[in-house]
Amino acid sequence: MEILRVEGVNKSFGGLKALNNVNFSVQEGTVHAIIGPNGAGKSTFLNCMIGRLAPDTGTVMFGDISLTGMKPHEINQVGVSRVFQTPEIFGDLTLLENIMIPAFAKRDGDFALHPFRRVDHDAEIHDKALHMLEDVNLAEKKDMVASSLSRGDKRRLELAMCLSQDPKLLLLDEPTAGMSRADTNNTIDLLQRIGDRGITKVVIEHDMHVVFSLAEKVTVLAQGTIIAEGKPEDIKGDPRVQEAYLGGAHL
Amino acid sequence: MLGLNKKDSSLFLLVLLLVIFAPFLLNPFPENSELAQFNAGYPDLMQRFLIFGIFAIGFNILFGLTGYLSFGHAAFLGVGSYAGVWMMKLLTMNVLPAIIISVIFAGLFSLLVGYISLRRSGIYFSILTLAFAQMSFSLAYSVLTPITAGETGLQLALDDPRILGVSQVDGTIPLAHFFGLNMRESYELAMGGWLFTFNAGYYLCAVIMMIAFYVAIRIFRSPFGMMLRAVKSNQQRMNFTGLNSRPYTLAAFVISGMYAGLAGGLMVAMDPLAGAERMQWTASGEVVLMTILGGAGTLIGPVLGAGFIKYLENIFSKINDNILYEWFSALPTAVADVLVFVIHPFIGKGWHLTLGIMFMLIVIFLPGGIMEGFQRIGKMFSRKKKTATGPSGAAPAPAE
Repeated sequence: MEILRVEGVNKSFGGLKALNNVNFSVQEGTVHAIIGPNGAGKSTFLNCMIGRLAPDTGTVMFGDISLTGMKPHEINQVGVSRVFQTPEIFGDLTLLENIMIPAFAKRDGDFALHPFRRVDHDAEIHDKALHMLEDVNLAEKKDMVASSLSRGDKRRLELAMCLSQDPKLLLLDEPTAGMSRADTNNTIDLLQRIGDRGITKVVIEHDMHVVFSLAEKVTVLAQGTIIAEGKPEDIKGDPRVQEAYLGGAHL
Repeated sequence: MLGLNKKDSSLFLLVLLLVIFAPFLLNPFPENSELAQFNAGYPDLMQRFLIFGIFAIGFNILFGLTGYLSFGHAAFLGVGSYAGVWMMKLLTMNVLPAIIISVIFAGLFSLLVGYISLRRSGIYFSILTLAFAQMSFSLAYSVLTPITAGETGLQLALDDPRILGVSQVDGTIPLAHFFGLNMRESYELAMGGWLFTFNAGYYLCAVIMMIAFYVAIRIFRSPFGMMLRAVKSNQQRMNFTGLNSRPYTLAAFVISGMYAGLAGGLMVAMDPLAGAERMQWTASGEVVLMTILGGAGTLIGPVLGAGFIKYLENIFSKINDNILYEWFSALPTAVADVLVFVIHPFIGKGWHLTLGIMFMLIVIFLPGGIMEGFQRIGKMFSRKKKTATGPSGAAPAPAE
């Protein structure tokens, strides 16, 4: 079943055509990778899906819901979470609070005024957040301020924040960029584990090692258009992809 | 206690004790001593400490938690004051309706200003609030004279209707009271050379301030308060986490506007008049100074900042050259002349200079305000304790 369907999306910045009539769909429960050279329009594409940018034309359908024109928080509330290229976390807050906020958002909606409730009396949210931190091996740092984490830990924290909302669709923008090989492998393990929860994932990635260990389907984007789509093995051998992506070198 | 955790309970109790015993604590010098002029334990000033404390606590809910710097909060205080005086003119000299209506009017006005100003953030938000406040000030000064009495300020009159009370008592304007308890009533206690004054108005302010402080603590510790800190930390992440930051900031803005209105209403309850100068941008700037000086984002910092500034304003500004010469009377005249010449710009009307220097020093060396100073001192002591008792020594309490 299709969970996400993008039809005829165009986006221009001034004279630059960043996305040119992109049609794209994601099957529920799969891991779908989007690859492409720098400047291919991958991040623009992701931004059009989550409401950070409005596409010039075209529609983005999430199940029966049209995401076009919705605000970022509304898109999140219907079950789409996103991990950013540079980790977006609450730097001044503790790790535990970082996870509790999305958990509150999931349970209480986009605005809840409860000025006399106490955060530390909310066992449900607290336990959930702690459990989530254990899942990403950050539990012993729960009272640290998030900005003091290493880059790799920040990414894992952000991933945990998204996962604590049990999203239906998770969008990941280069989840392993700037990570060591060991950290990358840890992240792959983590992403494979959350695959078991049935969360559909769309991953933008440069690292072919990550793409081929995770993705069930790969879409190749170059200069704003989709030039190839298929299983990882097929994409590996596709001469058009090698031409566009690696300048003709063999993968 | 009262649904507060242990640390907050002890802070609340500490503040409660300080407020109850303030008439003693602020009058440490005997009546006839040279230093008696540094005593701050007279009702008028003590009331102001608490009223501006409330103002700063409310401002801190907006600025300290969400980071939105409003430069127009005095407008809400002014609106509250006018509403309060009108209540005393039309309804009754009981201060309770005046205070309630002050909070309501300030809340409504801040809803309007916040709804418009919060469409922008950062410097643009600050400028918008400043513009609104200056607009309110100008209106109160000129166009709205029938409501605000313009330059002279809104005052009570003998022919006011006061439909629930009395228009006049023996040809004079009746005094403000709280169900019969006159706000100006004081009990004076003479002990040795000391004179302590316990004023009814002060203790009414104290009760209301403690309630306001309690509500602020609860807001700080609530999920709502956590979301406000999330706004300050990373608004983008907040939106992509499924939270709508706009109603959160608006709620914080209105709550802090209501605190300002409460302060305005209490000012009226203590002294039933209201003038446009209460809305001027300098008054808005003052609460920003108080909050930053005490420690933005801390629970008690803004109250300390308010006390600090009001003390400087009322005590330092009263010192003049004659008093200085009296202090230096033991020194040779030439030396005294030089000293007075050097100190002169910092006292009397020059107290702003002293305040400015203190503010700069604190912002440069203690960016977290007076509270950061306390925390550093606390850390120094606990470190000493640690070296004495080994690594098991108690860790200092984390910052608020």
